Amino acid sequence: MKRLLVVMAAAAFTFGLHNAAAEPVKIGMITTLSTKAAYLGEDIRDGFQLAVEQEGGKLGGVEVELLVEDDGRKPEKAKQIAERYMKKDGVKIMTGIVFSNVAIAVVPKVVRDGVVYLSANAGPSKLAGKGCNENYFSVSYQNDNIDEVVGQFVNDSEHQSVYLIAPNYPAGKDHLAGFKRYFKKDISAEVYTKLGQSDYAAEIAAIRAAKPDAVFFFLPGGMGVSFLKQYAQAGLSEDIPLYGPAFSFDERLLKAVGPVALGVKNGSQWTHDLDNEANKQFVAAYVEKYGRTPTLYASQGYDTARLIGSAHKAVQGNIDDLSGFKKALSKAEFDSVRGNFSFGTNQHPIQDLYIREVIKTDDGQFTNRTIKKVFENHVDAYAAECKM
Amino acid sequence: MILLIEQLLNGLQLGITLFLMSAGLTLVFGIMQVINLAHGSFYMIGAYVGATVAAVTGSFLLAVLAALGAAGLAGMAVELVVLRQLYKRDHLDQVLATFGLIFFFNEMTRILWGKQPLFMDIPVWLKGNIELLPGLIYPVYRLAVIVVGIVVALLLWYLFSRTRLGMQIRAGASNREMVAALGVNIKLLYTLVFGLGTLLAGLAGVMAGPIFAVESGMGESILILTFVVIVIGGIGSVRGAVVGALLVGLVDTLGRAFLPTLFRVFLTSATADSVGASLASMSIYILMAAVLIWKPRGLFPSYQ
Repeated sequence: MKRLLVVMAAAAFTFGLHNAAAEPVKIGMITTLSTKAAYLGEDIRDGFQLAVEQEGGKLGGVEVELLVEDDGRKPEKAKQIAERYMKKDGVKIMTGIVFSNVAIAVVPKVVRDGVVYLSANAGPSKLAGKGCNENYFSVSYQNDNIDEVVGQFVNDSEHQSVYLIAPNYPAGKDHLAGFKRYFKKDISAEVYTKLGQSDYAAEIAAIRAAKPDAVFFFLPGGMGVSFLKQYAQAGLSEDIPLYGPAFSFDERLLKAVGPVALGVKNGSQWTHDLDNEANKQFVAAYVEKYGRTPTLYASQGYDTARLIGSAHKAVQGNIDDLSGFKKALSKAEFDSVRGNFSFGTNQHPIQDLYIREVIKTDDGQFTNRTIKKVFENHVDAYAAECKM
Repeated sequence: MILLIEQLLNGLQLGITLFLMSAGLTLVFGIMQVINLAHGSFYMIGAYVGATVAAVTGSFLLAVLAALGAAGLAGMAVELVVLRQLYKRDHLDQVLATFGLIFFFNEMTRILWGKQPLFMDIPVWLKGNIELLPGLIYPVYRLAVIVVGIVVALLLWYLFSRTRLGMQIRAGASNREMVAALGVNIKLLYTLVFGLGTLLAGLAGVMAGPIFAVESGMGESILILTFVVIVIGGIGSVRGAVVGALLVGLVDTLGRAFLPTLFRVFLTSATADSVGASLASMSIYILMAAVLIWKPRGLFPSYQ
């Protein structure tokens, strides 16, 4: 009996060794799947997974194993997960972080240790400028982009004065700075609210009294839902139009906001109606698999996976050839669902940016429609600071 | 002037929502000596159940009834299953258990309703704005919230000072053993009080549904304000909850509305905006500290 066990163990061992040669490439995804922001991570993951499944468990012909862990929106927890991925699982490619503060805590450390990190959402200025790294790629955007496009659009419009509102934390200030970089007319006021605030009655009354031509707001998640509802309930939507970055207008949040968001114009690098083959195919496949319209987060997850696939193909699955792999990544030779896509010198996207409008479809759903391409091949503001 | 009146109304309305939350919390603490950190979860349950019933039936009144029922029943279930084991234990054990319940309920809503926020609209008959004074336009729904809050405050006052049940509850608070010896079923009484408290939280939740985002974890942001209210008002006192809630609502709203403008008088506008914003978010805590220095047990300490 004992002998049999030994034989079996030996067999298992050799079998294991034999298998190791064709072991799949591990991709470590750290994302937010709990807390109020859980659906963001869910969409990134689902977008990524769709690309893997479309290739039958492979990316660029190389078998991959996707590890997914929830960071609970906490930088410390994300750090631990990254550590475990590196030490225990031997992960060489990571992605998935939703929030900029989490990314800032994790990314510099892992890229220093030789991991290639591809951002599927957060694009903090810190990692785009002086803190850029040859192991770090942002597949989504540099955060400010989504505000810059709105700033330019409003600057070109008939509005002379704009009232700005954002939560009182670093990202809030960054996003308003992005808007102001391209909006050169009158700023009626710049208001910072408490992070996580839900009652905006005081701010809305102040907007009514200030009588600006338009309002630009960056209030991600539930804050935006509350603000949009209360703004419409106060009867201001007709007189003073709202503008904002895409974050308050993804298709899942729009379900919770309902009709009050109708007609609001917002900035984004992608919309499900963009007219290119890769996008049409992606949207149809996503709707079929998950039964919901993809959000921009899902599109970013999908693009990230396909970018990895293109690089796999270039190095023929040999990702031990890290410099070759990175070189292939930086060429971005894949069909992005955004159409135009390439990397700048700081390995952040050079891409087109659009203004879209919230509409109601015939079956009563709320969604976005692209109305104008404002920037073509837009480069982020920090690229020049990056010495690589 | 019109702006000031409008902001006062806004403050009043926030105060009323806070009152509904803190009345339940202070009752439970004052009478049962239990610290219930999960109080915000019942607010969330009220909002989720209300939003779901409103979406299915289209009736706001049914939504309110369902939310009250769900929050009240969930509260009584929690009292029976969890808190009953903890009355004799330390406050720290209660804090741990109820803190755990927060995670439980947040995860439960995500499992049952999905990860994105829910939609809930104002009923048609409460939509729109009315002009209270020339130039002063105010949403009808917010006025309705104010009215409901005042009615609830009056009902609570009547319940506690004019009914037999209220008398038993007050007696149970001052001497649990004696009341039990006199033949009152004190266990049942506690379950009822806890259910009443969570029912009020559910009411606050369902009324907040159309104006706030209905999302998992929505109870925590209001819970902190609620604790400030009951500390200011005096723990265990419903009268204190009324006064504390109105004070916090007014100070918070007026601070947010006018502090930045005030600072602009003597600072550059960019500095004024950021100093004003920071100070406005601190204002209620400054208020709490000031009240505690003046009256360490709160404005209306309860009778124990």
